[in-house]
Amino acid sequence: MVSRRVFLRNGAFAMVSLGFAPGFLSRTALAAGARAKRLIAIFQRGAVDGLSVVVPHGDADYYRSRPSIAIARPNAVEDGAIDLDGFFGFNPRLRALKPFWDARELAIVHACGSPDSTRSHFDAQDYMETATPGVKSTGDGWLNRYLQAKRDQDATPFRAVAVASQLPRMLQGSAAALALHQVDQFGIRAGQASDKVSALFERAYGVSPNTQLNVTGREAFEAIKMLQAANPSQYQPEHGADYPRSPFGQSLKQIAQLAKADVGLEVAFADLGGWDTHVNQGAGQGQLASRLDDFGNAISALVVDLGDRMADTVVLTMSEFGRAVNENGNRGTDHGHGNAMMVIGGGVRGGRVYGRWPGLAVDRRYDGRDLAVTTDFRDVFAEVVVRHLGIPDARPVFPGYAVSAARFPGLFA
Amino acid sequence: MRCLTPVVFALAVATLPAAPKPAPDQATVAHVLNRIAFGPRPGDIERVQAMGLDRYIDQQLHPERLPDRDVEPRLAPLTTLRMSSRAIAETIEQPQIDARKAKKAGEEPTPADRKANSVVLELSEQKVLRAIYSERQLQEVLTDFWFNHFNVDARKGPVRFMLPEYERDVIRPRVLGKFRDLLEADAKSPAMLFYLDNWMSADPNGPHAPAPRPRVVRGPFGPMLVQPPPRVPPKNPNAPKGLNENYARELMELHTLGVDGGYTQKDVTEVARCFTGWTIDRPRAGGGFVFRPALHDAGQKIVLGHVIKAGGGESDGEQVLDILAKHPSTARFIATALARRFVGDVPPPALVDRAAKRFRDTDGDLREVMRTILASPEFLAADAVGAKMKTPFEFVVSALRATGADVQDATPIVRTLQQLGMPLYQCQPPTGYKETADAWVNTGALVDRMNFAVRLANQRLNGVAVAVDEPPDDLALRIGGPDFQKR
Repeated sequence: MVSRRVFLRNGAFAMVSLGFAPGFLSRTALAAGARAKRLIAIFQRGAVDGLSVVVPHGDADYYRSRPSIAIARPNAVEDGAIDLDGFFGFNPRLRALKPFWDARELAIVHACGSPDSTRSHFDAQDYMETATPGVKSTGDGWLNRYLQAKRDQDATPFRAVAVASQLPRMLQGSAAALALHQVDQFGIRAGQASDKVSALFERAYGVSPNTQLNVTGREAFEAIKMLQAANPSQYQPEHGADYPRSPFGQSLKQIAQLAKADVGLEVAFADLGGWDTHVNQGAGQGQLASRLDDFGNAISALVVDLGDRMADTVVLTMSEFGRAVNENGNRGTDHGHGNAMMVIGGGVRGGRVYGRWPGLAVDRRYDGRDLAVTTDFRDVFAEVVVRHLGIPDARPVFPGYAVSAARFPGLFA
Repeated sequence: MRCLTPVVFALAVATLPAAPKPAPDQATVAHVLNRIAFGPRPGDIERVQAMGLDRYIDQQLHPERLPDRDVEPRLAPLTTLRMSSRAIAETIEQPQIDARKAKKAGEEPTPADRKANSVVLELSEQKVLRAIYSERQLQEVLTDFWFNHFNVDARKGPVRFMLPEYERDVIRPRVLGKFRDLLEADAKSPAMLFYLDNWMSADPNGPHAPAPRPRVVRGPFGPMLVQPPPRVPPKNPNAPKGLNENYARELMELHTLGVDGGYTQKDVTEVARCFTGWTIDRPRAGGGFVFRPALHDAGQKIVLGHVIKAGGGESDGEQVLDILAKHPSTARFIATALARRFVGDVPPPALVDRAAKRFRDTDGDLREVMRTILASPEFLAADAVGAKMKTPFEFVVSALRATGADVQDATPIVRTLQQLGMPLYQCQPPTGYKETADAWVNTGALVDRMNFAVRLANQRLNGVAVAVDEPPDDLALRIGGPDFQKR
C-alpha cells in the first residue's frame, strides 16, 4: 500500500489510501531503479554582477566601461579571467568550475533575464520566483506549479526540499514542499525524552479525526524516520569533495546528503545573498571575488560529491537581474538588467555560452545603461522542466507565457 | 390619539427585560474565544460564561469602552511605536545614512543608536504583546485581518519606517468603522503609496513639474516678459516617468472588487490615471500624503461605466473610492473575506449573502457587518467549531495565552514566527498571508510547531515563563498536538 495525498483546487483534501514502512521501502528501491531526474535550483539574491561572473573579455566596451573594476584579460595578470571560448571567461575565483566546462557539463546562458523593467530586488525576485514578470499577485512559485503539473503517485515528503528556514516563494503553493534548515536535526527535539515525546505526538496525530493533520502528521513522522535511517550525522562526502565551511557550502552538502539518501528528492533549493555590490565591488580580488570563491567551491563540491548521480541532475543558478555596464562613482555597480545563468549536469550540452550577445556599446544597452536581455529566463526554466525533468506541457507552469520549444536555448539534446 | 395606544403598548412590551439566557457551555465559549480572540487564557472561559456570550461579543464590538490596562506597561519600552514616520526618519534612518556616508568617505562614523531593523522588530513585538495581553481582543484580531487585507511589506525601501504610523493611525482605529474611511486612509497612506508604487505614477504626457513661469522685468522700453530657460529633465532614475498601474490593479483586485468583481484592463488604466498625483512629500524623510497637480492626468476618465469629468484633480481618486466602496462586488468580497476568517475556509453562501447585504444597507459599516456574522447561526454551528487551522501567529499567540505565559522579551517569539514561515510585516506579495489551511499545514511546519511546544512547556523559550501546573510533557503534547492547531 502506498501513502498518497491529493490536493484539490479549492484547498480541500482527499486521501487515497494509507501506507506504512513497507510501502516506502519498495518506493525507494523503485526510485533508485527508475533514475528519476533531479533539479537543484540556486538563487543568488541581490543581483549578482553577471559581467564579472562570465566576463566578456573579448568585448572592448567592457574595459572602457569599468576602468577600476574590470576583470583583466586572460593571462594579462595573475587575476585575469579564465578563458572559456576566446570571448568569454570565468571570474578567476570560479576556477573550481572550469573542469565542468572542459568536460562539457557546464553551460552558460548570458544576456538572460526578465522582460520587466523593474530594478527593485524585491519585485524582480518575486517575478523570477513566480515566473510571472510584471504580475505581483501570483499565488505560487514556478517550481511548485511544476510539482502540481507532474503529479507523483509515489512522492515522499522529500520530493521538494528547500535548505532554508522558510520555504522560498519559488516552492510555495499547493504541492507539498519541505523547508529543512538542518538535515541532521530534523525531528522532535526534547533532550533525553525525545523518543518518548516523539512517540506520543505520533500517536496523537495518528488518531486525529482531522484528515489534513492526520495525514500530514503521519508524513512528518515517516519523513523523520526516513532521515534517521539515512544517518545524516555520519555523512561523508565522496570522491574527495570538499565543501566550504560557509552556510552556503553546508546547504549544498545537505542537498547532496538528501540526494544520496534516496529519500525521493526531486527538486532542491538553496540561496545566498550578499551580491548587491554597489560599493567597492573589486575585480579579480575583493568583495565579489571572495563571494564567488565560496560559490564556485561549494557548487564544485556538490557536483563532485554527487558523482555519477550528476547524470540525472541539473544544477541551475539564477539571480533577479544583472548590474549596470558602467561602474558607478563608488567603484561598484548599480542595478542592471541582463545576467548570466549557469546550467550544470550530465545531460547538459555544456562547454558553450548560449544566447545572442548583444554587445556592450552604449547604443546596444538596455535603457542606455545595462546589458540587454536576449533570452527570457522562462525559456531556460521551460527547457529544464520539459527536457530534463520531463513534462509534456509546460504551459501550466508558466501562466501568461507562450512556452515554445523553438525558443529553448538548446541546453539539452 | 387612539392610534398611538397600540404603539405605546408595543413599545412597552419591547422594553420588557428578555428572559435570561442559560449560561453558554464551555465548548461554545472556547470556540468563540478561538474566533474573536486569540484563544482563551486560564480563567477566560469561566469569566465569559458568567458574563454571557451576547454581552461579551457586544463588549468586544466596542473596544473603545474597554479599559486595557495590562498591555500598556508592556509596550512602554518600545519607543518607536509612538513615533511619527517623520520622527523615525530623522532620528533613526538619517543617522544610519550619515554613518554609511561617513564610512564611505573614510571618516569615523558616530555609531548610529538604533539598528536598521529596530523599528520593524519593535512593531512585531508590539503585535505579539497586544495579541496576548490586550483585552480588546477582537480589535487585535481585526487589526491583523485588515493589515493583511491591505498588506504592505516592510522590506520594500522606506516602508520599514512607515509602518508604526500605518498600523496605529490608519488601520487599527478604523477596523470597526466605515469601510470607505479605511479605504481612503489606506489610499493616502505613504506605506501603501510607496509599496504599490503609486507615489511615482505620473501622467506620461505631463510636464512632471510645473513649468517655470515667465518673469516680468523692467526693460529699457517698459515691462517685458522674460522666458525662463527650458527645463532640463533630471537624471534621477527614480523621477516619475509614466503611468504605474500597480496600485490601481491591486485596489480593485485585492482591496475592493476581487479578481472576478467585474473590472477590465481598461478600468485599471483609467483608475491609474485618476490616482496620478497622489504621492508622498519626500518619502525618504517620512513625509505624508500630498497631491501634486504636475503629476496628475487631468483628462476625462471612465471607470466601471462612470464618467469622471476632466479637471477633477485630487477628487478623481476620491470619486473612484466612492464607486468602489459602493459596488456590490465589494460588499460581497469583504463579506466573504470576513466570513472566511471568522467562520470557515469555505464560507457558507447564505451567511455571505446576509453579511454582504448588511454591508450595502449600512453603507459599509464594518461593526454592523461583524455583528451580523457573529450573531449568525453559522458562526456557532457545529461544523464551524475547530474548522479553521491556526496560522503560525495564531498558534504561537494562543499557546502563550493558554499557558498564562509572562513575556518579558518578545524578540525570541518574533524570531520563532520567522522560522515558522510567517515573518511579521514581511509578507512579500500584496495578497497578504493566506487565510486557509493548505497554506500552513505541511510536514516541516508541524515538526517546527511540535518543537516550539516542547520548548515552551519546558521553559526553554527565552524571555518567556509559562504559568501552568501541568507536567511539561503533557503540556507539550497538548500545545503541539493536533487539536491545538485548530481553532
